[in-house]
Amino acid sequence: MRLRSPEDLERLRKRAQAERKEREGKKGIVLCAGTGCRGAGALEVWEAFRREIGERADVRLMNTCCHGFCERGPIVIVEPEGIFYQRVTPKDVAEIVAETLNGGKVIERLLYKDPKTGEPIPYEKDIPFYKKQKRLIFGNNRYIDPTRIEDYIALGGYKALIKALFEMTPEEIIEEVKRSGLRGRGGGGFPTGRKWESCRNAHGEPKYVICNADEGDPGAYMDRSLLEGNPHSVLEGMIIGAYAIGAHEGFVYVRNEYPLAVQNVTTAIAQAEDYGLLGDDILGSGFSFRVKVVRGGGAFVCGESTALMASIEGKPGEPRAKYIHTVESGIWGKPSNLNNVETWANVPLIIREGADWYSQIGTEGSKGTKIFSLVGKINNTGLIEVPMGITLREIVYEIGGGIPGGKKFKAVQTGGPSGGCIPEELLDLPVDFDELTKAGSMMGSGGMIVMDEETCMVDVARYFVTFLEDESCGKCVPCREGLMQMRKILERITRGEGKEEDIPLLEEICEAMRDGSLCALGGTAPNPVLTTLKYFRDEYEAHIKEKRCPAGVCRELITYYIDEEACTGCGRCLRVCPAEAITGEKKEPHRIDPEKCIKCGSCKEVCRFDAVKVK
Amino acid sequence: MKVDLKKVEEILSRYDQAEHSLIAVLQDLQKEFNYLPQEALKLVSERLGVPYSQTYHVATFYKAFSLIPRGRHLITVCTGTACHVKGAPLILDALKRELGIGPGETTPDMEYTLETVNCLGSCALAPLVVIDGVYHGKMMGTKVLKLLKGKEGDASEES
Amino acid sequence: METVELTIDGKKVTAPKGSTILEAARKNGIDIPALCYHEGISPYGACRLCMVEINEGGRDRLVASCIYEAKDGLEVRTSTERVNRVRRMAMELLLARCPRSEVIRQMAAKVGVERTRFPERPPEEDDNCILCGLCVRACREVVGVSAIGFAYRGSKREVATPFHESPELCIGCGTCAYVCPTGCITFEDKGNVRVIWGREFEMQKCKVCGRYFAPVAQLEYIRKKAGLPEGFFDVCPDCRSS
Repeated sequence: MRLRSPEDLERLRKRAQAERKEREGKKGIVLCAGTGCRGAGALEVWEAFRREIGERADVRLMNTCCHGFCERGPIVIVEPEGIFYQRVTPKDVAEIVAETLNGGKVIERLLYKDPKTGEPIPYEKDIPFYKKQKRLIFGNNRYIDPTRIEDYIALGGYKALIKALFEMTPEEIIEEVKRSGLRGRGGGGFPTGRKWESCRNAHGEPKYVICNADEGDPGAYMDRSLLEGNPHSVLEGMIIGAYAIGAHEGFVYVRNEYPLAVQNVTTAIAQAEDYGLLGDDILGSGFSFRVKVVRGGGAFVCGESTALMASIEGKPGEPRAKYIHTVESGIWGKPSNLNNVETWANVPLIIREGADWYSQIGTEGSKGTKIFSLVGKINNTGLIEVPMGITLREIVYEIGGGIPGGKKFKAVQTGGPSGGCIPEELLDLPVDFDELTKAGSMMGSGGMIVMDEETCMVDVARYFVTFLEDESCGKCVPCREGLMQMRKILERITRGEGKEEDIPLLEEICEAMRDGSLCALGGTAPNPVLTTLKYFRDEYEAHIKEKRCPAGVCRELITYYIDEEACTGCGRCLRVCPAEAITGEKKEPHRIDPEKCIKCGSCKEVCRFDAVKVK
Repeated sequence: MKVDLKKVEEILSRYDQAEHSLIAVLQDLQKEFNYLPQEALKLVSERLGVPYSQTYHVATFYKAFSLIPRGRHLITVCTGTACHVKGAPLILDALKRELGIGPGETTPDMEYTLETVNCLGSCALAPLVVIDGVYHGKMMGTKVLKLLKGKEGDASEES
Repeated sequence: METVELTIDGKKVTAPKGSTILEAARKNGIDIPALCYHEGISPYGACRLCMVEINEGGRDRLVASCIYEAKDGLEVRTSTERVNRVRRMAMELLLARCPRSEVIRQMAAKVGVERTRFPERPPEEDDNCILCGLCVRACREVVGVSAIGFAYRGSKREVATPFHESPELCIGCGTCAYVCPTGCITFEDKGNVRVIWGREFEMQKCKVCGRYFAPVAQLEYIRKKAGLPEGFFDVCPDCRSS
């Protein structure tokens, strides 16, 4: 089965494409079974389909990973029409098979409905969430069973590899990537072609290429879905990069918390090896390259390149100063080129279509598309791929569908714990590396967390500082001690024990951390604090001067009470209150005793009449 | 508690006997024993040629590892940013109240271990709680307590 | 030997090629403060006191002088406003961590910090350790046994023996105590026994003068490492030389 030449691969491709063509027009069920949809019950839906369809030869049941519209999972697409069903449960399966698959009829209740008009929308391409996206990288997930390399090949996979190995020199490949303007998608935004060039020119053997799939930013899961849904796009990029740099060994470093991604990449590597697309003398080119999966141990700091490399070596994830770059001295002191998952996935596209085509997408300084995870207080939670330069407003409102519950937008947090909060007045900012940095935030790996009027920005700052304090490796004084002291100050402020001097002190610590920390974890830790101070200073001052939390979040500063007009006296709140703080007769308005109330929020959770309020 | 060192040897044999295998070996040990027994760590240090103090640092540095046995049921509350703004702290509090333990701790009867994790990448399900590997999305304090009480029965989530 | 020439605080200095900025400065009588640095041990860059400002590629940046290589033509400023702000904040933070350490108080005063605005670690938690790592590195690099190491991470980081038990690999040499800048690692020599890290080490008695001069375990370790004959260390260094 080993492919020994480009011609072998092309023959395989023709067969795979013929198979694919044969299936067009035939009945099929395409299911999303990525981690997100699995969490929503996709595997039970899969089982139900398997039972219902049984051994029918005329129906193909296809497993894919991640179509992006995570809010609406589990997602099922019925072929050949391409009817897009959302929030499918096992109970719907029999009907789907009988009505849609067999009968060609659409089940309206399973369709996505336009939130404004109520119109049911049967096809993915018409759904507002998808309309403004440009799914160059991510769009293929829909057509690929990640456990079948042939699916990837049928779509043109490994064509770029042939071009790179047989029609281009390493220098030409590097030049092409440079001209494309591709910048690192992991957060740093460093020009990828330049990094490759430095590594190629570095002295030392052997050289290594690494895929950073640590994806530690909470709320960001683009890389997970890419690895789960289309692992070969990443592998192909790595082989091309390795060839350009002169590396024969590579690592895919996946965080421990992504078991399905680990599984699918491992399967993909095994299948690529079987075909000889990895290993010795790839396709008869004379170039050899092997790649291993390495699992992280659970440490955010291991997303930092030197900490990641220490982890590969079997050590604790402690960063080192990067006065000597990792492209010159990385793993075991050897030249190592590290790139993010999405960066690698862009490479085959650039090589296949060319830098000229690629560089037409995006802005002057940021070419191509970017995959973002749009999460938090947003209607359409999911993964989106958009051209660089689209505005935040378009993302939040046109793609994201705005804020649920009619609540007011407050901020969007980008760049994870290294980034910052962007307020309403900056929503027309184009999303690109430099613009976001100018606003005090950064693009980061792509997490976009939307916050509304019920999010307390002081609490958000406290949250990020607490997160980083826990994740800091603890080596250098400014980060280890600075984060702890900032956390203590912010905790005091959220408890109503803030002092006037706290804000200038926070700013002082931030400055020292920015200048004095050993690595980017400590160096960028000030960003969430400084941006919330910049754009939401009034909230800090309310906490400190008035002992008040405007968003109604900080426990010690709020009071739960029952709106007597809205209360129907149903008693649900009384029954769940762990502190027995609620009293009231049946059908009479209930009352919360503020002395006993522990502010756990249980009453608010169960009230069906929105009668429990917070002030 | 006597540790089956033969099992440790078997796990060691899956990897290169070198420093760079340390984390992978510890992960397999953690999965096998539900914690990292001290004798296992000693043996691993010897076999891989890693100083015992380094093994100890690695075992205590990474969140995946536990030096004390975990409970029969593992409850993990996601405290990623999306889950945080959607109410994870209140869920965590509810569990702390109910179980009487904090994150990283195990109930005295060894039934439950409570952990937090900073993002599992399923943000559409926020706030997320994972119980024994099963994901439960769009949780609330009251819902999760109900789940725990009905733990022996059906663990699938109802909205 | 090849040398490099650089400018530190306006003064032209030379140093052997491969030196760090800190080494170059100290060799030329320029004092840059540091706590986690020791001449005989690899630099670590953790305390951040030794930060200096350089201009590279047209932009000013702060680097840790104990790690940054002294390059030809480099212009270094050891006491700019930015640098001093980092130093002072680092000392304010360390003062809160180790408020009872005279060494820390002195270093803080040296960089202009008299008091800390942060809550001090209470006495029951204060072990005077600043996590500089000199003990860990000395044990690993100089002695070669790695009996002690770091554990945990972030603000929970500590210097520890595995499982907080007496370290089996320790040879009682006391190097960790010698290099500790705050003196928080101690040992006690009580006649024929040294107590360190919770272990008792039998001391070697000199066959000539009768003085107990070093732990047997330490001497055995060195003897084996250096391939010396048995009984080599039965006589103490003073008696051997006379």
